[in-house]
Amino acid sequence: MTRMVVTGIGVVAPTGLNTEQHWDAVLNGRGGIRQIGSFDASRYATTVAGQVTGFDPAATVPVRLIRETDRMTQLAFVAAEEAFADAKVDLTQIPDLDMAVITANSSGGVEFGQRELQKLYGEGAHAVGAYMSIAWFYAATTGQLSIRHGMRGPCGVMVTEQAGGLDVFGQSRRVLAKGIRLVLGGGTDASLSPYGLTCQLSTRLLSSCPAPERAFVPFDAGASGYVPGEGGAMLVLEDVDVAASRNVTSYYGHIAGYAATTDPRPGSGRPPSMRRAIELALADAEAEPGEVDVVFADGYGVPDLDRQEADAISAVFGPRGVPVSLPKTLTGRLYAGGAALDAVSALLALRDQVIPPAIGIAAPAFESQLDLVLDEPRPARLNTAVLLARGYGGFNAAVVIRRTL
Amino acid sequence: MNQITLFDLLQIMSTCSGTDEAVSLSEDVTDVEFLELGYDSLAVLEIVTQVQRQFGLSISDEDIETLTTPASMLEFINGNLAAA
Repeated sequence: MTRMVVTGIGVVAPTGLNTEQHWDAVLNGRGGIRQIGSFDASRYATTVAGQVTGFDPAATVPVRLIRETDRMTQLAFVAAEEAFADAKVDLTQIPDLDMAVITANSSGGVEFGQRELQKLYGEGAHAVGAYMSIAWFYAATTGQLSIRHGMRGPCGVMVTEQAGGLDVFGQSRRVLAKGIRLVLGGGTDASLSPYGLTCQLSTRLLSSCPAPERAFVPFDAGASGYVPGEGGAMLVLEDVDVAASRNVTSYYGHIAGYAATTDPRPGSGRPPSMRRAIELALADAEAEPGEVDVVFADGYGVPDLDRQEADAISAVFGPRGVPVSLPKTLTGRLYAGGAALDAVSALLALRDQVIPPAIGIAAPAFESQLDLVLDEPRPARLNTAVLLARGYGGFNAAVVIRRTL
Repeated sequence: MNQITLFDLLQIMSTCSGTDEAVSLSEDVTDVEFLELGYDSLAVLEIVTQVQRQFGLSISDEDIETLTTPASMLEFINGNLAAA
């Protein structure tokens, strides 16, 4: 049976331009949510976002690749470089067909796409660049990483909005079980352009609060929606025995369980299925709820959806039965990058035996149900973490991570 | 403008790749295939797009396939500009 472990991590997020910057920001409560700076968003319903600042892709990738890709892909290029270096892997030593790239994506390259569409409307079809054909679509990042690193195995893209970052683990485990030696998995999104933001606003789930420190407060009595963000994380995933065959015996954690469910259609009268996703993931890991030391919640920041998640967590683990971590209060919801970044935070929490806090929750609304870790990191004995993610449209996913096999 | 020079074409290639590398390209690369110069089929399409835009030409997909080197593209463009 495949025992998938994480051997390398790379991060580009509102919390930092590499893994340790991110982790330092998370433990010190340094957030990346601020007024949108890439364009004038003052007349939009949402004016703040979790933004990656100081990002210079040209320091890592050739200018030619930057020209033909959207920002979402450039973020992944840089995170992937860090993950490979961290995993100490020489890709030239592995057959190209034995390596795969599996990313999550939810927005596509909307910034690139908007630029080319404006040329189409403004100047005509002849003005649209050739790279429009490959830069904007969901699989663009997977494809570019596959070409750049010569990874030609069973590549794919998971398009389940914010749940995608966890679905990547399920799909990666599937391909490793077929004998693939190494997967580059994770997710990045970058949809903070006028067109990208407008598309998101249509769900009416975004926060209209203009104060960055109050705009995204999941499980708070004042929750009024979520703040969007950009960035994400990439991870190197291998079977533990295959990793050992290249003399790698240390790893961040073992992806011990995974499950995905979809919610019933609205108005059906049937309950949402996040609870079932948690139970199935625990069963997949052969873990009891009592073994779980921390839950990294999805944290939508929308009152009804917060209620559903609090109900699901307390139903499985008991009222205040497990500490709940919410580092995404520092970044907003990163869509395809969100759960991948949460996975990184969970793995580092297991490494350092500390639970990262939620920042900015002034009036916890579900105190009888949730033991939300607030304001300060909480040292704890951590062996097993559960990650939760929901994607717009009814997607749920849960992952169980253990520090050791 | 009735004709374009190799320098003009190299400038467009440089713009398309977003680099200054055309500066180092010289006449001895004009018969080297685009692919060998690091321009894949999409990059060639991008060059053609720019050429069409700048010189008001219309180049068919069938013709694009025959334009495999800077020299052949230059000859094709100038032939069309002369006929226009």
